[in-house]
Amino acid sequence: MNAIFKREVSSYFNSLIGYIFLGAFFAASGVLFSITSVSQNPQDGLLYLTTDMSSMFSILFFVLLVLIPILTMRTLSEDKKNKTDQCLLTAPVSVTSLVLGKYFASFLIYLLGVGMTLVYAIVLSFFGPVVWLEVLGNVVGLILVGAAFIAVGILISSLTENQVIAAVGGFVSMCALYLISSIAAVIPVDWIAKIFTELSFADRYYTFTYGIFDFSNVLFFISVAVIFIFLTIRVLERRRWN
Amino acid sequence: MIEVKNLTKSYGDKLAVDNISFRANNGEILGFLGPNGAGKSTTMNILTGYLSSTSGEVYINGKEILENPIEAKKEIGYLPEFPPLYLDMTVKEYLCFIYELKGCKLPRNTHLKEICELVKIDNVYNRMIKNLSKGYKQRVGLAQALVGNPRVLILDEPTVGLDPKQIIEIRTLIRKLGKNHTVILSSHILTEVQAVCDRIVVINKGRIVADDTADNLSSALTADHKLIARIDGPREEVVKVISSIPGVVNVLADMQREKGVWEYNIEAVEGTDIRRELNKRLWSRSWYILGLRSSELTLEDIFLKLTMGESVNEFMTKKAEDLESIDKEGGKA
Repeated sequence: MNAIFKREVSSYFNSLIGYIFLGAFFAASGVLFSITSVSQNPQDGLLYLTTDMSSMFSILFFVLLVLIPILTMRTLSEDKKNKTDQCLLTAPVSVTSLVLGKYFASFLIYLLGVGMTLVYAIVLSFFGPVVWLEVLGNVVGLILVGAAFIAVGILISSLTENQVIAAVGGFVSMCALYLISSIAAVIPVDWIAKIFTELSFADRYYTFTYGIFDFSNVLFFISVAVIFIFLTIRVLERRRWN
Repeated sequence: MIEVKNLTKSYGDKLAVDNISFRANNGEILGFLGPNGAGKSTTMNILTGYLSSTSGEVYINGKEILENPIEAKKEIGYLPEFPPLYLDMTVKEYLCFIYELKGCKLPRNTHLKEICELVKIDNVYNRMIKNLSKGYKQRVGLAQALVGNPRVLILDEPTVGLDPKQIIEIRTLIRKLGKNHTVILSSHILTEVQAVCDRIVVINKGRIVADDTADNLSSALTADHKLIARIDGPREEVVKVISSIPGVVNVLADMQREKGVWEYNIEAVEGTDIRRELNKRLWSRSWYILGLRSSELTLEDIFLKLTMGESVNEFMTKKAEDLESIDKEGGKA
């Protein structure tokens, strides 16, 4: 697992995808940060400043929908296309550690991106009091939702050998996971609607941005990540039997 | 040692590998020969645990590949049909990665250096793999299989894409490796298998059609007492004259090679040499022998015949029948 993890991390920076992901994430979060925390009213020309970062965090959810598929698109699809999976799957390592190595490599790059939001909070703390617990809650929420999305993206990547299809497929499935609560609103059958609401990624994530740290939401995102990693392992195992 | 028992692999309805069994002993180079699409690569992918078999068992040094995959895979070095290279790495980075992936215990730098010198890639050690030529990529693939010094080497068409000089080098290397490794090598090139391997397994349409040494394979199909002669003379009379030679069992006029010159298949009782008598009788009638050879089959012929779906014995009877029918047609004409 160690070898695969290290190779994946270095390949993110060999292949520019790491730079593109981090660059785009820094740019998007930076723009959102300056709009939500530092803004000038066009009418009275006054500067409005706030140390409440929750609106930046809630909009970052949409940035993840676009950027995480880019982060995960080539994890397994490229191996399949270049036949390098033959060297990974015939090496004396289990499929589980292969998938986990890839997963944690993507997760590490993601953490580097998320870490930037803490820098913004530190910058703010020079100008006013920052409620650190709330900011940390938001960061943990962002990390968790990302952890779940990365697992989804890797599963999609394992299903195809085309990076573009993996990226688009990842984007579509993450959008579906986002829209699931909107679908719930129009379903007339109560119990189905309830299941859909419970599965809503967005609702559970927004709870974090309201400053509520609900342990069931933490458990939800971790379970989703575990389930999708498990499914990815099954996909790779199944490919051998076909 | 590799032992394969009743291995079967089907893709849906299609049977890719059909109940094959063979074994490769320690220090043996086994050639896996067959036309494209015969099931060579599938078999090798199953041996290395990349694919799972539908049924049957594979033992690598006594370890079953599906029951004990991690231990079995530690014994194997595998060069697949397309070398599994990460193009965005340098040769050094790649081999270090493989070294860690296989969990090697040998001293890293000296071990990798040895391998690079062995397959002659030490001069490209710090170059990006994507910038290497096909021949070098193939050799990096071979180096990758050698990392960790596994006792079993499985090489799928190792000389594909190399120039003749490199092919000779790689063959020499494989022969050298074969002294203390078990090597299975697949190829559709006969001369390669003949040059390198101790034993040959011929596979066609997923089934083993022959399993023997190269020499035995050709001698099984060779017969010294069968001659092919090219004779300038009237066809029917020539047949009559040859038939009258004591010991001759069968004479068939095969086909006209030049105007008035026919090729004849002559079969005598085993152990009799009729060449002198044949010469004498034809000469006495002023007919000339323009060519004379024993009907020995080259490995190429054997291969073609075997992979046309016939076992050795079936082939020999078939060939006799073919010649008869040609003779009949010739007679009508």
